[in-house]
Amino acid sequence: MNPIVFGLLNIVGILLALVIGAALLTWIERRLLGFWQDRRGPNRVGPFGSLQVVADMIKILFKQDWIPPFADPVVFVLAPAVVMVTTLMAFAVVPVTASIGIAGDMNIGVLFFLAMTSLSAYSVVLAGWASNNKYSLLGGMRAAAQMVSYEVFMGLALLGVVMLSGSFSLAAIVRAQSGLWFVVPQFLGFVVFVIAGIAETHRLPFDLPEGENELGAGFHTEYSSMKFGMFFVGEYIGIVLISAMIAVLFFGGWQGPLLPPIVWFALKTGVFVGFFILLRAALPRPRYDQLMAYGWKLMLPLSLLNVALTGAVMLTHW
Amino acid sequence: MLQQTPPIVPEPPIARELSERFRSRTITVQPTRDSIPTVWVDRDDLRETLRYLKIEAADPYRMLFDLTAIDERTRTHRPDQPRSDFTVVYHLTSFARNNDVRIKVALTGAGLSLPTISDLWPNANWYEREVWDMFGVVFTGHPHLARILTPPTWTGHPLRKDHYARATDMGIYDLTEEKEIAEQEAMRFCPEDWGMVRQSESTDFMFLNMGPNHPSVHGVFRLILQLEGEAIVDVVPEIGFHHRGAEKMGERQSWHTYIPYTDRIDYLSGVMNNFPYVMAVEQLAGITVPPRAQFIRIMLAELFRISSHLVFFGTMSQDVGQLSPVFYMFTDRERVFQIIEAICGFRMHPAWFRIGGVAADLPQGWDRMILDFCDYLPKRLDEYVKLVMQNRIFKLRTVGVAAYTLDEAIDWGVTGPGLRACGLDWDLRKTRPYSGYDQLDFDVPVCTHGDCYDRVVVHIEELRQSVRIIRQCVRNMPGGPYKSDHKLTTPPIKDRTMHDIETLITHFLNVSWGPVIPPGEASVGIEASKGMNAYYLVSDGDTMSYRTRIRTPSFPHLQMIPLISRGAFVADLIALIGSIDFVMADVDR
Repeated sequence: MNPIVFGLLNIVGILLALVIGAALLTWIERRLLGFWQDRRGPNRVGPFGSLQVVADMIKILFKQDWIPPFADPVVFVLAPAVVMVTTLMAFAVVPVTASIGIAGDMNIGVLFFLAMTSLSAYSVVLAGWASNNKYSLLGGMRAAAQMVSYEVFMGLALLGVVMLSGSFSLAAIVRAQSGLWFVVPQFLGFVVFVIAGIAETHRLPFDLPEGENELGAGFHTEYSSMKFGMFFVGEYIGIVLISAMIAVLFFGGWQGPLLPPIVWFALKTGVFVGFFILLRAALPRPRYDQLMAYGWKLMLPLSLLNVALTGAVMLTHW
Repeated sequence: MLQQTPPIVPEPPIARELSERFRSRTITVQPTRDSIPTVWVDRDDLRETLRYLKIEAADPYRMLFDLTAIDERTRTHRPDQPRSDFTVVYHLTSFARNNDVRIKVALTGAGLSLPTISDLWPNANWYEREVWDMFGVVFTGHPHLARILTPPTWTGHPLRKDHYARATDMGIYDLTEEKEIAEQEAMRFCPEDWGMVRQSESTDFMFLNMGPNHPSVHGVFRLILQLEGEAIVDVVPEIGFHHRGAEKMGERQSWHTYIPYTDRIDYLSGVMNNFPYVMAVEQLAGITVPPRAQFIRIMLAELFRISSHLVFFGTMSQDVGQLSPVFYMFTDRERVFQIIEAICGFRMHPAWFRIGGVAADLPQGWDRMILDFCDYLPKRLDEYVKLVMQNRIFKLRTVGVAAYTLDEAIDWGVTGPGLRACGLDWDLRKTRPYSGYDQLDFDVPVCTHGDCYDRVVVHIEELRQSVRIIRQCVRNMPGGPYKSDHKLTTPPIKDRTMHDIETLITHFLNVSWGPVIPPGEASVGIEASKGMNAYYLVSDGDTMSYRTRIRTPSFPHLQMIPLISRGAFVADLIALIGSIDFVMADVDR
């Protein structure tokens, strides 16, 4: 096949799969939560309620698209776009399989991923600031502190993987795991990365920027209609992104016996998406200062320890 | 039919104690239907008397249980009472004596003013505001004597006898744009009114308006936070959004038809609200309730305690961010409602107690249903303890958070689980057993730290104790009638109605006008799910109450919020609000 056509197919395919998958996730999450909470969840529209997504989209598109008069209109509109764009961009470096993927072989893949997730923090901060609402502002403040600090550990947690594989390219990292998944030698890094990932996607128990019980809806209190929808979908793409990254970095990506690579990739990603949802069903939310203390006093030393240990082992055994 | 209230104790010990302490004064003792000594003192002696009772007396009366007033201007049956237009009533409780005292002050003419006692009991602050709001009595020296239950734009004092009770007496109401703007402007918060500053030397404070609509304030409740970052400098709670004049309605409903209104005071506790009301009426009427009715009442009240505590537990864990438990607990609560519906035919507000008994006998198969539930719940509770109480994040959020000491609790009028979490085993079901609680075997759970976590622990243990009480009720349910055959019971027993004209007439009058309750005063308190709930009824020998005072536990609990949340974070405040266990209908009445 013509490489240009194949590349375009790749891009469009991944984009569509992501957006549709993220939208479907809203339904999957609600069904799963319902299952765990002894209730049914959405089961009316379409088979098993799967068309609930369509109904929700129609509803959300027909809602009044309102920009509060006291808000900063330009930034207010820009903020939800930022989260969509950056999380989708980050997906460019994820190697779905050896052949599928937009830039899986990019030699700075890990750095690009970190850069994009850092940028997505702006979305939340700007939304909170531009809404000009005190609850949103508190949410934005929390988001800034939380995401900036957890990014530090996220980056440090990945260093171990990069050291072992000797590459920043995600495809190379996957190939380096053909013998042993990195979750075994890099267990500490894996744990820190998962926790930092939850904080990055600000999901329960780290959903302090939204903190429904305290801040109403936190940073997106003032958003309605599709702008709210973009935050919503952006959050789910974020979940898929972090889950995919966990699969790629620690669980051998597309590699696996019998089944085709793409199925393995989807399976591994799906398990972690389910884990994210289970967390939400199970855990309460820590307080803001506790979250920060937990990050700087526990996660940072742990991730540094991980880097030092990995380095020491490599120096002595390689 | 109308009879004078017979004096119960001619000279209660506390009256003797007071007249020995203050020899120069005239102290009038008023006989009441309940056993609470009622003493009239002069306006000028009030503060000294109260100070003596709170501080100097042996085994002092440490808690200001209630503070209210009565508009006496149209009351006809008040023998042996000093002349008074408005009477302010102070109801004090002594834990050491296990005794109450009621101090009354007569106010006449235009000078409706009294010295404040908010420096003596901090919880007098809101009570005095309420009396000012409802009766127009001024408390001199009060730090902020503003309206509390009615909006700031209200004119008149609703509980005065000359104030209209029905909206139809008001004239046409229409909301013009100017009026709407003015009403909204009156809601604007001005920090200076509350003695707050807008900035400190280093920073500008943020004033955050939380509520009346906010997911975590459990109803329509407004908190205005003075914040430095996310740390709380001060809080102003504002209540009254749920006020619907329940006390005023008591003055125009018949004794019987007021029962459904009581259900809706603490709307999570259903018939438990009927309990103190019907017991107070029964005291006024001199009705003895048959044992079967007493046990049925206890059983249903405890079922409602379970239902209310389950809501508390679920919403508390939700308030600290845990999504799932609330669903499990509401499912369990649904089972309680199935039982309640099978017995009463109604779920949340059955209004099932009657003056002199209950509405109907228990249906067939009731015992099996309840025993099944008693077997089911404790196992579920064990799981919830694992899920919520042993969760480390939950502990982080609640252990040592928003704690208050026992002294603070007593000073601020805290009762119920909030008081027991501080270490005082004060439970009216044990200390002043009513309706046959003394025949049942149960424990009063107590904790010592007084923080959010302990308040939840007390609630959970109470759930287990309630199951225990219900089991005993089922096993030992006495036979006999479910309603007293006293002539004032409602609706009157119909057996003899068609036998002669006299019983027919009595029946007809009691059903159409309602029973005429003999004049007198009685206050009965019970241990409700959220604390001590008391109805103070004044009868003037009519088919309606002359004054209905509802002392609810949630009212003083909310007043305490600023004290415990200063210096905490916003998230702590939410945990605190969740752990208090209140409903706004219970606060605002």
